Amino acid sequence: MRFERREQTPAALTVLAPLAAILTALLMAGILIAIAGANPVQAYWLILDGAFGSRLGITETLTRATPLILTGLAAAVAFRAKLWNIGGEGQFYLGALAVSAFGLIPAIAGAPAIVTIIACLIAGAVAGALLLLVPVALKLRFGVDEVVTTLLLNFIVILFVSMMIEGPLRDPLAFGWPQSVPIPDSASLPRLLERSRLHAGLLIAVALAVAIWWIQTRTVFGLRARATGLNARAAAFAGVPLGRTLMLVAAMSGGLAGLAGAIEVMGVKGYVTTDLSPNYGYSGIVIAMLANRHPIGVIAAALFTAVMFVGADSMSRALGIPSYIADVTVALSLLTMLVAIFLTQYRVRP
Amino acid sequence: MSVVLDILSSVGMWEAILRIATPFILGTLGVLLCERVGVLNLGIEGIMTFGAMIGWLTVYMGAGLWAGLLVAALCGAMFGLLHALLTVPLGLNQHVTGLGITLFASSFSYYIFRLAVPTATSPPTVEPFRALEVPVLSDIPFLGPVLFNQTAPTCLALGLVLVIAWVLYRTPLGLAIRMTGENPHAVDAQGIDPIWLRIGTIMAGSALMGLAGAFLTLAAFNSFFPTMVQGRGWICIALVVFALWRPGRALLGAVLFAFFDAFQLRLQTVVDGVPYQLFLMLPYVLSILALVVMARRARVPQALMVPYRRGER
Amino acid sequence: MTRVLELDGITKRFGTTLANDDVSLHLEKGEVVALLGENGAGKTTLMSILFGHYTADEGSVRVNGETLPPGKSRAAIDAGVGMVHQHFALAANLTVLDNVMTGTEPLWRLRSDRAAARARLTRLSERFGLPVDPDAHVSDLSVGERQRVEILKALYNDARILILDEPTAVLTTQQSERLFATLREMTAQGLSIIFISHKLNEVMAASDRVVVLRGGRVVAERATRETTKEELAELMVGRAVERPKRPPAQPGAVRLEVTDLHLSGKGGAALNGVSLMLRGGETLGIIGVSGNGQTTLAGVVSGLYPPDRGTVKIDGAELRRHDVPHAIAAGIGRIPEDRHAEGVLGDMTTWENVALERLWAPEFSRRGIVRRSAARAAARHILATYDVRGAHLDGRVGLLSGGNMQKLILGRVLEADPSIIVAAQPSRGLDEGAIAGVHRRLIAARDRGAGVLLISEDLDEVIALSDRIRAIVNGRVSPAIPAERADARLLGLMMAGDWDAAREIEAAADKMPEAQDAL
Repeated sequence: MRFERREQTPAALTVLAPLAAILTALLMAGILIAIAGANPVQAYWLILDGAFGSRLGITETLTRATPLILTGLAAAVAFRAKLWNIGGEGQFYLGALAVSAFGLIPAIAGAPAIVTIIACLIAGAVAGALLLLVPVALKLRFGVDEVVTTLLLNFIVILFVSMMIEGPLRDPLAFGWPQSVPIPDSASLPRLLERSRLHAGLLIAVALAVAIWWIQTRTVFGLRARATGLNARAAAFAGVPLGRTLMLVAAMSGGLAGLAGAIEVMGVKGYVTTDLSPNYGYSGIVIAMLANRHPIGVIAAALFTAVMFVGADSMSRALGIPSYIADVTVALSLLTMLVAIFLTQYRVRP
Repeated sequence: MSVVLDILSSVGMWEAILRIATPFILGTLGVLLCERVGVLNLGIEGIMTFGAMIGWLTVYMGAGLWAGLLVAALCGAMFGLLHALLTVPLGLNQHVTGLGITLFASSFSYYIFRLAVPTATSPPTVEPFRALEVPVLSDIPFLGPVLFNQTAPTCLALGLVLVIAWVLYRTPLGLAIRMTGENPHAVDAQGIDPIWLRIGTIMAGSALMGLAGAFLTLAAFNSFFPTMVQGRGWICIALVVFALWRPGRALLGAVLFAFFDAFQLRLQTVVDGVPYQLFLMLPYVLSILALVVMARRARVPQALMVPYRRGER
Repeated sequence: MTRVLELDGITKRFGTTLANDDVSLHLEKGEVVALLGENGAGKTTLMSILFGHYTADEGSVRVNGETLPPGKSRAAIDAGVGMVHQHFALAANLTVLDNVMTGTEPLWRLRSDRAAARARLTRLSERFGLPVDPDAHVSDLSVGERQRVEILKALYNDARILILDEPTAVLTTQQSERLFATLREMTAQGLSIIFISHKLNEVMAASDRVVVLRGGRVVAERATRETTKEELAELMVGRAVERPKRPPAQPGAVRLEVTDLHLSGKGGAALNGVSLMLRGGETLGIIGVSGNGQTTLAGVVSGLYPPDRGTVKIDGAELRRHDVPHAIAAGIGRIPEDRHAEGVLGDMTTWENVALERLWAPEFSRRGIVRRSAARAAARHILATYDVRGAHLDGRVGLLSGGNMQKLILGRVLEADPSIIVAAQPSRGLDEGAIAGVHRRLIAARDRGAGVLLISEDLDEVIALSDRIRAIVNGRVSPAIPAERADARLLGLMMAGDWDAAREIEAAADKMPEAQDAL
């Protein structure tokens, strides 16, 4: 058996391949559900029902999708330039921590809400960006592979967060629970719907997805970043400043992940704990790949992931199937999607 | 200062080093095999998690400890096969595939664990490997407990260092493996199929990763809980760079690393006023430092992360 | 005579292209057969089938009368066929002994016998006069030594039939002569040899028989002493190709002046003090065996990296910032030696490839936003003017043929009206028709007053295009000789670093303009 590069990918295949990939993943997860003794069709129905069946379900799904869109964008932006930022989780936490530290500054807390919110969002993004610039600088300066350094930084950052919320940022009123002081009210993002957790962060995330699509296709920087990812040597020959482009991409990617953390604190939680993120950073990687690194596709992929997570929670309560099945399905769909993307580019010959 | 001396002169600390080092030795050897044949395997974190879970579960269901290790190794090899099929014949991106394997293997372990133990609030335990009591040798003061008061899997890991060093540098198979990591075309030209060689070697390396995980639940601790691997797999990836892709140096790296880890664990308990998190960060910071120091010196296998397709250059 | 090798009716398709069409070929014991053909004639495919890298769609391979199973390299090796690859199949990080031993012992043996292998390697290298150090790392060896290792590897496998794929591509004339002497020695000891080549001189000098391949078919077979270079050239090309005649140069003012360039560590081989000068309206050819610094020289002038020491002056002004935008802005047009790796981004569209290297120019962007319509218009203009076939504005450039890709690159460069053109291997891998087109464009640019710095390993090309010729050896350039004085022997000496004759000619040529002035 051999594989030949396709000269042209049929349009139908580009659309069908991702769908087939997700269906395959659902099928395989269905087998696992069946092994656990439940009816997979019923389970998937319950997942859909949990995610869409009620006003609460829908708002929860959208709330859950918000940070996923942002971490997905963070990974998509970086991967497109072949910068392997696996540190989304750490950047998420540092962004969250920056907001709660920033909220302690009286001038910020006392300002009008719009000023406070913007200042806090910027603080989160800058924190995330700075965190990613460290491994990228090491890569450019010493040739250190960024995959391992960003991964290891995740652990360092979580320990740092833990240190902060048990130390200087500790909430004295939390009965000894390790959590940060709450952010000031002026920093809370406005709700989109009454009696729900849905907040303005969703609009920010969607707007950013569109903005990034525009940057990637319309600006000099976007074209250069894409060229860097496709073929660094040819890009260098064409005069693309590789180091500077990569640093800018890193700032964007880290900034988006940091922003995700900031928005999660400002929109949902109100304070920082070490379980603020159910692996939002790592899920972002899957979402970016599911979307084949396309910023608009990231919105759809994040929704799919959010549906799985929110729906699996209620399905799990009803059927006794561990809710980890959502993580399994999402991880499986990453692998099947990789194969699907491959099949859109290559033809199989016996 | 005297605190440091106290720690350094305590038998307990030195005894702990080889125990702490064992999963790193096994994991690093696994990564080393994969990279020597030209494939990055970021699946290690998930494969270790699965090995830890399945090893523990096998024993928990009533099988023996060795059976637990064996099952963990076999499952590791199966995840290795999956990684190999995706990255070798298909030539998919090794970074992303490896991460996908990690996400899949770890969430799959949690799923199985929850199915097996649906309700327990504290993780159920098994009777782990005990230290071997080597007659006479274990009674030597200081050196006895440090070197000989170890569990059987630790001895296995040390033995594997020798075996893998021998295979890589003294056998035709090892030469073919090293050559595949440098130039698969040359191997193919000699009539050895680099595709199969890569698949087989990745499976062997991943089996070692499974073993590394099982050591955690069957010898270092006695139960499984999610997130217990704690980035050990990623550290192994860093240690291989530190080891310059040589088995002997991998052992050295793992032991050095374990020394710092054992030291910081003890220092934590006696030093006041410093947040314990700073000590816990130390292993990760050290790994990054090791990468920075060694990155320029490393003779990276030339075909690492370069997929091989016949007739394509 | 005994027939040791027979290929019978070999046919191989890749997709819709027919790489080999019913090719038959045989080899007698002790014979040297040259397989002659242009790039893309199907030579390498044929040998890959013989060696089991590809499976033929039809036809069979017989060694000593036995049919080889298709697709098995091992079977070919066991039957005594050894292949010396054009891009050496060696591992740079391993030792010579490691490289030679790989795959020669049963894979599952518990211990490999290195002492015996070392003894055998030493014996072979003495017998055939191919000295090597078994414990040297391949990365420390020169190109010639690496080829020696590659040949020893085949001999170590008990090869009785040796296939060499373009063996002289990276050697100097003198090194090539030594290689062919070695091959003669081998046939005297009973080996049989096929070598693949597109160089007529070496085919005439070193073979007993020539098989000419064109478009995947055998078009002729001749005993070497019964044919001539001219006949072979016609058979190989199949039609009379006229490379453009160039009018005499009208050298103008000095366009490019580089002085004492030093650079080590970037782009491969080092530069150890290169000084040269290029006038408008002339072409300076740089010849040399690859790996002697020509890539580095092209890189520095192209703005890819700054030199450690030395200056680059363009139209009298020193280039202060050595980066690509400043080089282009100063008037340098760049044709890279590797189209696919550097010249274009195969996965980007035509218009993006046209605009990318000049995105900073106001023509193509404003305030960081790409002017797409302007870029697309420029690309459309190039597609039409330079006759780039098969390209769409929004199609992937990677789908273009080599010739059309080169036309696109030429268009991109020439439309910017450069005062200096750095052309590195501009016709490498192209067919004759495309080569003629590229040459015509370069001559036209010269005649418009641009200075052309032509870096090429193809001596015919250098002689056809250049007004003056220098050789680059070990990071230094030789004296320049006028193209009229060039012949194979002189160029060979220059490439080998023997510059006495060239120096005399340069000194004589320098006097001439003065003499003319005096008149």
